[in-house]
Amino acid sequence: MPLLTVTDLRTSFHTRSGVYRAVDGVSFSVERGETLGIVGESGSGKSVTCYSIMGLIPQPPGRIESGTALFDGVDLLHCSPAESRAIRGKRVAMIFQDPMTSLNPYMRVSEQLIEPLLIHEKISKADALKRGLAVLESVGINDAARRIHLYPHEFSGGMRQRVMIAMALITKPELLIADEPTTALDVTVQAQILELIKKMQRELGMAVVFITHDLGVVSGLCDRVQVMYAGRIVETADTRTLFHAPRHPYTRALQRSIPALQSKGAELYTIRGLPPDLSKPLPGCAFAARCEYAVDRCTAAPAVLAEAAPGHRHACARAHAGEL
Amino acid sequence: MSSPILQLTDVKTHFPLTQGFLFRRSAGTVKAVDGVSLSVQRGEVLGLVGESGCGKSTLARTIMQLVPTTAGTVWLEGKNLTAGNTADVRDVRRDLQMVFQDPYASLNPRMTVFDTLAEPLRVHGVCPADRIPARVAELMQLVGLAPRFMQKYPHEFSGGQRQRIAIARALALEPKVIVADEPVSALDVSIQAQILNLLAQLVRKMNLSLIFIAHDLSVVKHISDRVAVMYLGKIVELGPAADVIERPAHPYTRALVSAIPVPDPAVERTRQRIVLAGDPPSPINPPAGCAFHPRCPSAVAKCRAAVPALAPAGAGREAACVRLGEI
Repeated sequence: MPLLTVTDLRTSFHTRSGVYRAVDGVSFSVERGETLGIVGESGSGKSVTCYSIMGLIPQPPGRIESGTALFDGVDLLHCSPAESRAIRGKRVAMIFQDPMTSLNPYMRVSEQLIEPLLIHEKISKADALKRGLAVLESVGINDAARRIHLYPHEFSGGMRQRVMIAMALITKPELLIADEPTTALDVTVQAQILELIKKMQRELGMAVVFITHDLGVVSGLCDRVQVMYAGRIVETADTRTLFHAPRHPYTRALQRSIPALQSKGAELYTIRGLPPDLSKPLPGCAFAARCEYAVDRCTAAPAVLAEAAPGHRHACARAHAGEL
Repeated sequence: MSSPILQLTDVKTHFPLTQGFLFRRSAGTVKAVDGVSLSVQRGEVLGLVGESGCGKSTLARTIMQLVPTTAGTVWLEGKNLTAGNTADVRDVRRDLQMVFQDPYASLNPRMTVFDTLAEPLRVHGVCPADRIPARVAELMQLVGLAPRFMQKYPHEFSGGQRQRIAIARALALEPKVIVADEPVSALDVSIQAQILNLLAQLVRKMNLSLIFIAHDLSVVKHISDRVAVMYLGKIVELGPAADVIERPAHPYTRALVSAIPVPDPAVERTRQRIVLAGDPPSPINPPAGCAFHPRCPSAVAKCRAAVPALAPAGAGREAACVRLGEI
């Protein structure tokens, strides 16, 4: 049985200018110990999906319209606050994009680092500090015994992200949700953090859901990838298949827009147009308006995420019909 | 070779640090740009790469004379911008324009596209008042925006469209040099490609010189003719873009290139990666000798001794490393 099974998740935001369907019927699962990458452009719903699972959507204006998220048999979207508290921060942990704003500037690193332990485990403060020190060392912070008592502003960006990771891992979670944890960092520091996440995953055997817009990051880290567009999953496959044999036109277009894969000096491939307005109804495939292969029925019939090969599912009707 | 349109000789931009409130005293200097010499030819695209804090944005602002230079000279077509003559700088502004990273912050939210684009035309008096609407329409078309959106405000546009407005504003005075500071870093991949195409096309069409600053090497490689790699206020490697990125000479450039994840799992999982230890050092108190030596995998004793200068390293290439021939 998968560790996490999300079924038909719909999250929308009710604003004065309309109802935005940020996540529009998303279903996926994560196995124990697996790394799942969620890729998409801004506004594709990849972060909102994970925020919904973690119960971090501000309600209102957000509203989880439907769906279930079964984590080891408990539905995170409908369980009691006490049940959810026992899981969140202990068995499921999350790290965020911006380590500058996600640490409390008024608290010493030591205090915020051991906070999850004090909440979730019967442990004395002294023992918690010992564990905190050990985990800080394991994420590669030198001189941890002294630095644990500093404030976040005394750390560099990369070091803060290490503190965030230490804080998420201190309770030995079974699932780590990482929301673009390296986007705000330099490439050399990004390489360090990616190595660290891989190492910690090996040591703790946890599953990771890694949200990113960078296909390069996904290629080295993830076992499986799902591509999101306009609040829906358009394609999901194991990493190798997704990179070498993508079927959905959006996945292909996304891959073709990476400058590294194009010859120098030539015109870069671009996806024409803009992502759709999520407050308007989208009866057909969300990508149809920008798709170079779209035909009439693409905008008429809803796109269904169906299996093309074992483990490889995509939502392009024309590719399923063998026309592409 | 024709004379370069923009030339920098040993440019330094230092910021003093002070401590205390009533009795302010000096607490050192941040050497943001520390001895940069560069030249840019007409129609050339020079990429400038480096990690955050390496001084690439300060260098851009120094070229634009938005921050005063501490030492050194910036020449634009034989005119000295650093001589302290503000009238000269104002004149030259017409030939030297800038595009900023964040199109959400660099456009005035209370000005329509028309106001934004008409302002430079009015300030510099380059266009008779009755010709301004036509010129604004022309500029919008040049960057791929429909002139019918002229009366809209920035918030009505997407990030990519806003960056197009910012580019149109930079082009309004028909400059010779554009300094673009991370113009695509805030944009999604598919939008990024559109803006890169636009910039490349404008450079060709208007014979512009472009200084393109970015931290993404693959983007820089695509658009630039030459690339300069900066580390802690200094240029450590300079040369033709493809050569520098495919066969880096300086150990820092090697590490930087190696840190980029490759969007191909077969390659990414088998290649050897250089993972640098630690963070870039502080520009307030840089390490002695080569600033990169504490993180450099091939550092030896002599790296600590003296600051290496840029030395020739093959065809049209320069690198600042004392162990160039050895590693």
